Amino acid sequence: MSQAVSEHIVAHLADTSAPPIIAMEKVNKWFGSLHVLRDVSLAVAEKERVVVCGPSGSGKSTMIRCINRLESHQEGRIVVDGTELTDDLRSLDTIRREVGMVFQSFNLFPHLTILENCTLAPIWVRKMPKADAEEVAMNFLSRVRIPEQAKKYPGQLSGGQQQRVAIARALCMRPKIMLFDEPTSALDPEMIKEVLDVMIELAESGMTMVCVTHEMGFARQVADRVVFMDRGEIVESGAPERMFSDPQTDRLKLFLSQILRGH
Amino acid sequence: MGETAATADPRYAGVREQPPAGTTGPWAWAKTNLFGSWWSTAVTLVLGYLLLRFAVEFVSWALLHAIWSVPYDAQGRPDNTACHNAKGIGACWAVISDKYRLILFGRYPYAEQWRPAVCVVLFVGLYVVSAMRRFWRKELALVWVVTLVLIGVLMWGGILGLSYVPEDDWGGLPITLILATFGLAFAFPLAILVALGRRSTRLPAVKLLCVLYVELIRGVPLVALLFMASVMFPLFMPEGVNINKLLRAQIAIILFAGAYLAEVVRGGLQALPRGQAEAADALGLSYWKKTGFIILPQALRLVIPPLVNTFIGFFKDTSLVLIIGTFDLLYMGKIALSDPPWQAFSTEVYLMLAVIYIAFCFAMSVYSRGLERELARAHRR
Repeated sequence: MSQAVSEHIVAHLADTSAPPIIAMEKVNKWFGSLHVLRDVSLAVAEKERVVVCGPSGSGKSTMIRCINRLESHQEGRIVVDGTELTDDLRSLDTIRREVGMVFQSFNLFPHLTILENCTLAPIWVRKMPKADAEEVAMNFLSRVRIPEQAKKYPGQLSGGQQQRVAIARALCMRPKIMLFDEPTSALDPEMIKEVLDVMIELAESGMTMVCVTHEMGFARQVADRVVFMDRGEIVESGAPERMFSDPQTDRLKLFLSQILRGH
Repeated sequence: MGETAATADPRYAGVREQPPAGTTGPWAWAKTNLFGSWWSTAVTLVLGYLLLRFAVEFVSWALLHAIWSVPYDAQGRPDNTACHNAKGIGACWAVISDKYRLILFGRYPYAEQWRPAVCVVLFVGLYVVSAMRRFWRKELALVWVVTLVLIGVLMWGGILGLSYVPEDDWGGLPITLILATFGLAFAFPLAILVALGRRSTRLPAVKLLCVLYVELIRGVPLVALLFMASVMFPLFMPEGVNINKLLRAQIAIILFAGAYLAEVVRGGLQALPRGQAEAADALGLSYWKKTGFIILPQALRLVIPPLVNTFIGFFKDTSLVLIIGTFDLLYMGKIALSDPPWQAFSTEVYLMLAVIYIAFCFAMSVYSRGLERELARAHRR
């Protein structure tokens, strides 16, 4: 079974002609003695939208956190936008500037206003003049449909609004890649849609996205490819329609039956 | 929909806008809190009686029967017979009017004591300006440097026509304020660096150094550290090199306060959710920008209460320098009391010292509570 799966990944790599913007090769990682990533290989092409799913504890969050090195891997290679991830701080800065991230728990800075949240990194990392940074920020805040909240503090906003600010904040850095780590899991049901709508718009604008989520409707609508992980390894991947209608592995079948029952 | 609209709405007609009469106001408060049950009524009455009695006795002693001044004889020696006659009945404030300049300014030349007096005013002004949030910008650092230089010039003199006064002749309140202000002004940045160093994962040597510093300094009483600074330290210095005693005591206080404050700051760093640092990392902020813009503003806000607690503790701990013979406020009080006519009137002198210490500490405490409220309002988390 695993033989067939790795062939599948290689096959997918082969049909993208341009070099991938994210390339993970045989990545392994351990937390203490717990083997959390096992020989994970994944290539993401520019403008590709990848949805990563899998049961909790399957290593999907750890995997995308390796892409901007919030976690460091211990074996294998990760190359992002032509730069290999190493302990070298300069390469780290380069990559983090190009990779935006949205977290499950928003992680807005509570002591700064919405506008300051969005302009801090452009001003201090991109060295953008303050007025320009604010203009860019207002532009993105309009795109996530909350420009009127710019002067408020994160604590005054609802969860859905906070998550949309977090998306705008990441976009203000003009990243080439956006990573989403379960962006809707901490939201009340009535707020999930407003965040997903923003993400769908972003996907349609041609952003390269890697998204850990259980929102299968979203996967169906925007993903080019769905990657299913379990116990630290990529078990199966493919186009969303094929994955959902014709799962090849028992583990994916089990997972799908569980989340469908849950819905 | 505005509030006026809500009241005009017929659906809200008959809805009372006030809570029932007799459930708010001071009378209702007293009824629930002081006279809620027969037991609490009894406690209230007993404590009220004791408080009232104490207050009456104190006013009678401190004001009504107090001796405010005593006659002086031809040699300028005070005649304290009146005080001795009033002992136990009225306070002898004459000791204060006779000795306040010695207590406040020590053995600083009498004619020049306006200089330390101006320094005390400068210190207080510096605290007040620093306390106001609207002055929290880069220029404030300049104000500090200028004020501290000015204080140095005034205290030492030797230029601008001011006579030179060596620091051995300084004493009283300026010494206490110098030790506390310089102590905390240097200890606080030191503490932040040590706290950050102690949490460092990339620099194990720095981390070890910080842990050793905190644990060693914290494990030694301040008194022992002051003794080391004043007695042992000169033994290790080459012949002829002599750092003055006040500076050595000052360094000991900085090191000691730094270790304690570092642990307070570390508490704040640990209380901050990890996601804050991760979000800053993900945005590409460098370590120092992340720390300066994201981590410290939040971490320090979390630890305002223990921080001010430590500040207040150290303001009072500066009085321990008396054991190495530095003439701070408390020590000057003791010296004033060693004058034979006043030996019996320590209560009055210590009361005055207590009032001065309380004034400074209470101001810090009130300010910190105000600051917490103000920051909480601004962020509304």
